[in-house]
Amino acid sequence: MIALLLRDLKLALRAGGGFGLGLGFFLILAVLVPLGVGPDQTTLGLIAPGILWVGALLACLLSLDRLFALDFEDGSLDLLATSPIPLEGVVTAKALAHWLTTGLPLALAAPVLGILLNLPGPAYGPLMLSLLVGTPALSMIGAFGAALTVGLKRGGLLLSLLVLPLYVPTLVFGAQTVTRAAQGLDITTPLLLLGGITAGSVALLPFAAAFALRINLR
Amino acid sequence: MASLWEYANPVKFMKVSGWLLPVTAVLAAVMVTVGLVWGFFLTPDDFRQGSTVKIIFLHVPSALMAINAWAMMLVASLIWLIRRHHVSALAAKAAGPIGATMTLIALITGAIWGQPMWGTWWVWDPRLTSFLILFLFYIGYIALWSAIEDPDTAADLTAVLCLVGSVFAVLSRYAAIFWNQGLHQGASLSMAPGTRMDWSYKGPLYLCMTGFGVLFLALVLAGTRTEIRARRMTALLTRERAKG
Amino acid sequence: MAAGRRGAKRPLRAQTARRRGARRPQAAPLFRQTKARLSRPPRFPLQHQDKTVKAHRMELRVTDLACARGGLPLLDGLNFTVHPGEALVLRGPNGSGKTTLLRTLAGLQPALRGEISCPPEQMTYAAHADGLKSTLSVRENLAFWAAIHAAPGGDEGVTRAMAAMNLTDLADRQAHNLSAGQKRRLGLARLLVTGRWLWVLDEPTVSLDVASVALFASVVRGHLATGGAALLATHIDLGLDEAHTLDLTPFKASLPADPGFDEAFL
Repeated sequence: MIALLLRDLKLALRAGGGFGLGLGFFLILAVLVPLGVGPDQTTLGLIAPGILWVGALLACLLSLDRLFALDFEDGSLDLLATSPIPLEGVVTAKALAHWLTTGLPLALAAPVLGILLNLPGPAYGPLMLSLLVGTPALSMIGAFGAALTVGLKRGGLLLSLLVLPLYVPTLVFGAQTVTRAAQGLDITTPLLLLGGITAGSVALLPFAAAFALRINLR
Repeated sequence: MASLWEYANPVKFMKVSGWLLPVTAVLAAVMVTVGLVWGFFLTPDDFRQGSTVKIIFLHVPSALMAINAWAMMLVASLIWLIRRHHVSALAAKAAGPIGATMTLIALITGAIWGQPMWGTWWVWDPRLTSFLILFLFYIGYIALWSAIEDPDTAADLTAVLCLVGSVFAVLSRYAAIFWNQGLHQGASLSMAPGTRMDWSYKGPLYLCMTGFGVLFLALVLAGTRTEIRARRMTALLTRERAKG
Repeated sequence: MAAGRRGAKRPLRAQTARRRGARRPQAAPLFRQTKARLSRPPRFPLQHQDKTVKAHRMELRVTDLACARGGLPLLDGLNFTVHPGEALVLRGPNGSGKTTLLRTLAGLQPALRGEISCPPEQMTYAAHADGLKSTLSVRENLAFWAAIHAAPGGDEGVTRAMAAMNLTDLADRQAHNLSAGQKRRLGLARLLVTGRWLWVLDEPTVSLDVASVALFASVVRGHLATGGAALLATHIDLGLDEAHTLDLTPFKASLPADPGFDEAFL
């Protein structure tokens, strides 16, 4: 499993791996929103938590359709299915690699974009914290969606259609954490609920995703 | 004693649904028509909400069936995953578009009701938001069914999606409540003491709710019958090709 | 080696029998079993198989196997055994079900009926797609599969595998710069680093030149000589003297003449 994780990281970092695309998308979104909404600092500060979370969510979505599709096309998935690693482990390793190359950089870059969007001072810590806690759930739910659509020729659009409704609770609790912090309120409840969703997703979704992969392989 | 599972046999199902379908269809038509005519024309206006409130006779039953359709899909998906009865999978498939339509009716009638009451067509109230999210789940489910060619693969994958989706739909509901405390009036019918609704409204409402339930049953039966026939046709065609 | 047809064929059922879970428990002395029962409906596919402990013997035994592709039965009544040191070559025209049979044996798709018994974690599968990553070098590709299989030998095994398939000169070249034949050789070198006993190969010689085919044949022979076994679907003669041949044509599943409603409901 560690070998698989390292391979996926290596593939993502090499040419054509798509590392940084999500980050670039996140940046562009943070630039486009003020251009669309107007330069009013108060308005931007109000909507910053939501924009940053929606941006992170969409950036996560970008690279999802390649998560299993590439391995499916070149036959690696067949070989992994006959290898000693259970498919549940394959799913977990690949979701973790996805998080390390997408979710983690997003969480680290978010405060910089927060400055662009005039995010209130006390919200920076909770912004990073909520993204760190919440993005693993995004990767895991995304891996489940990718497993469902792996055999389809035009799975990308369908994948977004399936995955985005599943992202709703994560988005709500994540953005609420930041909004409450910006208003100077207690963030414990939404943060704990966010952590709960992540823990539940990571614990249960590998099984659902592996089941879907098995069906798609047969 | 005949087991319930016998009805999962396509032949038996076709036979039973053959006579059950016209019965339920007529029953649903009568109940819904009587319920709506009674509700719209033979009830007094509400002292606060006027005649607008009468849209409740469409709104509440469709909202109820929107949720029940998903619950039925969940049960049918579980039966497919555990016992692998094709009829069950096809019934779940048939229920998808019906549930989506019910959700849409509930959303539209809600907007029509909300406009004069709240002064706006749409508010981001937890109930409304949950229904919108439920609608998105339905769309995803239907899209996945139509995207996969192999029927058994489609049945398996949509069943898993339905299971996982159910969990996340419930989570979304609570997330929406957490997110915004709401403008929507409380549940229209409640078992709590101090009844808030008069019997002159409850009568037609119960009739409409039952009518929508029977209507849903009739539609699912019709849909499942179509799916079974389509499935059989594909199977026969495949056979012909394999022989030829 | 016994390959033959057995028993009267049973009619198809409405419900496709399903293998119970494609994964088998790891590192336990259990036999992988595929058992499709007709008498009662198959169970939840997430469930693991019967954990029947049998004597640990290196052989692949296929009993009364039937397999299907796209819901349509292709092969029926297959019986054969592969012992250590043996190779079995599957033959048959295109569409006769060679790939389907191999995928079924590899556990990638469920058998319609019948039993496959093979020591656990002792099979490796290679098909048309080699499972190579184009931005990884030859050595990295092999090292990855060696690590996945936790094969003994490690780096040394990788070096040996590259030497065996004449890839040593290309060790640091990225896979997308390889020719089709070189990629194929790399895909076959993967078999050596898995350390698995049974090789299940689907058209292994596609896009190989004559010299490479001979090289591959000698690698297979070496594998057999060390007690390994191989199951190949191929159209060309590899020149393996110890190989038995199984023609799949007589095992073509026949369809019921007049399917009733239930039967037509695949």
